[in-house]
Amino acid sequence: MSDNLINIQNLTFGYGSEILHKGINMEFQRGKVSAIMGGSGSGKTTILKLIGGQIRPKSGSVLVDDKVVHEQNLEGIYKLRRKMGMLFQHGALFTDLSVYENVAFPMREHTDLPENIIKDLVLMKLNAVGLRGAYKLMPTELSGGMARRVALARAIALDPDIIMYDEPFAGLDPISMAVICDLIRTLNDALGATSIIVTHDVAETFSFADYIYFVADGIVAAEGSPKQLMASKLPFVKQFIHSEKDGPVPFHVTAPSYNSDLAL
Amino acid sequence: MNRLLIFFERVGYSITSRIHRLGTATRLFFLIIMASGESFKRFQLTMKEIYFTGVMSLVIIIVSAFFVGMVLGLQGYYTLQKYGSSEAIGVLVALALVRELGPVVTALLFAGRAGTAITAEIGLMKATEQLSAMEMMAVNPVGRIIAPRFWAGVIAMPILASIFSMVGILGGYVVAVIVIGVDEGAFWSQMQANVDFRYDIVNGVIKSLVFGVACTIIALFEGYDAPPTAEGVSRATTRTVVTSSLVILGLDFILTSFMLSG
Repeated sequence: MSDNLINIQNLTFGYGSEILHKGINMEFQRGKVSAIMGGSGSGKTTILKLIGGQIRPKSGSVLVDDKVVHEQNLEGIYKLRRKMGMLFQHGALFTDLSVYENVAFPMREHTDLPENIIKDLVLMKLNAVGLRGAYKLMPTELSGGMARRVALARAIALDPDIIMYDEPFAGLDPISMAVICDLIRTLNDALGATSIIVTHDVAETFSFADYIYFVADGIVAAEGSPKQLMASKLPFVKQFIHSEKDGPVPFHVTAPSYNSDLAL
Repeated sequence: MNRLLIFFERVGYSITSRIHRLGTATRLFFLIIMASGESFKRFQLTMKEIYFTGVMSLVIIIVSAFFVGMVLGLQGYYTLQKYGSSEAIGVLVALALVRELGPVVTALLFAGRAGTAITAEIGLMKATEQLSAMEMMAVNPVGRIIAPRFWAGVIAMPILASIFSMVGILGGYVVAVIVIGVDEGAFWSQMQANVDFRYDIVNGVIKSLVFGVACTIIALFEGYDAPPTAEGVSRATTRTVVTSSLVILGLDFILTSFMLSG
């Protein structure tokens, strides 16, 4: 059994003629919490979709548990996905189901467990995210932070080997953010899972991640432990970590000259 | 010359994109058929959707049917009276409803009430990543979400059309017999003698079944294919009503031609 549960090898991906990733290489070690960071539109979420087999690469490959994802048929992809849990940016809870039913959903779909066992498991998962008392509520009755915690309970419903988080801190208040940070680390260690977080929140991610990849201009611009990256002299990393306005990432999108646009 | 090229380019794009959408809809139809096992194995999923698309449409169907029946009774009576055959009002109301108005008006109302709801629901599920979440949970959204709604629409439509026809006949009865005073015996006996089960009622049911397939697949496809934005869902909902209405009327003509010739 190799140390890496997920390997991304020389991956190129793009939409139409626009190339988003130009030969990316990444390795995600078993039992570790890894983060993919980068500016908006740098293709971070796309990497999660490629790992989940929702899209196919132009070239290169993504290996999950030594299996090439895009070479699997639908049955094979579903088999791989059963090893994965994913937390979507806004939770993606099923709005017609209660909190309880949302967490029970993967169990009902993939197991023949009797109702009393499902109930115990759902309450245990909800207890792990601190929302056992909210099991009767509907998703519309939850705050953003609570919805994300319920989605996290649903993502770990079948004790997956891989947990992927898409922008887990976006739009959360500081308390909810701290709760989610703590949950990601605790659940990863308790389940012995491999976690991948896609985010651009530096402070939170650096506080608990084991390894971080910085993606920019379609390549891995930097990688390392939080400590190594804090000490990095790379201009992009420095600009990103210290939230500097000036640096290699320009403020303006490429455009014709200002004067010509204003017809001066 | 340049404008002409742009014109042809636009026309060409419009045609190819329509063919592409038709192909995608056909592919979705076959995917639904292939993933339909779940809808019957776990029939409670389909039952839940029958409640939302069928039972929840009952009020609009019953009220509309009653008014349509009353108008038919009124218009029919004044026309038939000129020829001294006002007793045939029962036949006129029944045949008009069972053969044409029942299936067609039900399908139009269904497209407006249930079809738009299906499109908006699926479109919003896509926009809020619920369908992606389901895929990532290794659950096929076509089998779990789309197919039960399809079969619910197909099952609900003929039942709704039958209810429409029955209530419509009742509306015609109220106006013709109770209000105007046409002989009750003539109203019912002429209807009984002249409405054929095979050629009138069964053909009406076949029509509503075909409309059920068409309306539901259009609503599902528009929702599934909608761009995941507020504007995208809104446009898809509008397209559901427009396309369904045109398809229902077109199919009605084709089916009627076949039924009358056969």
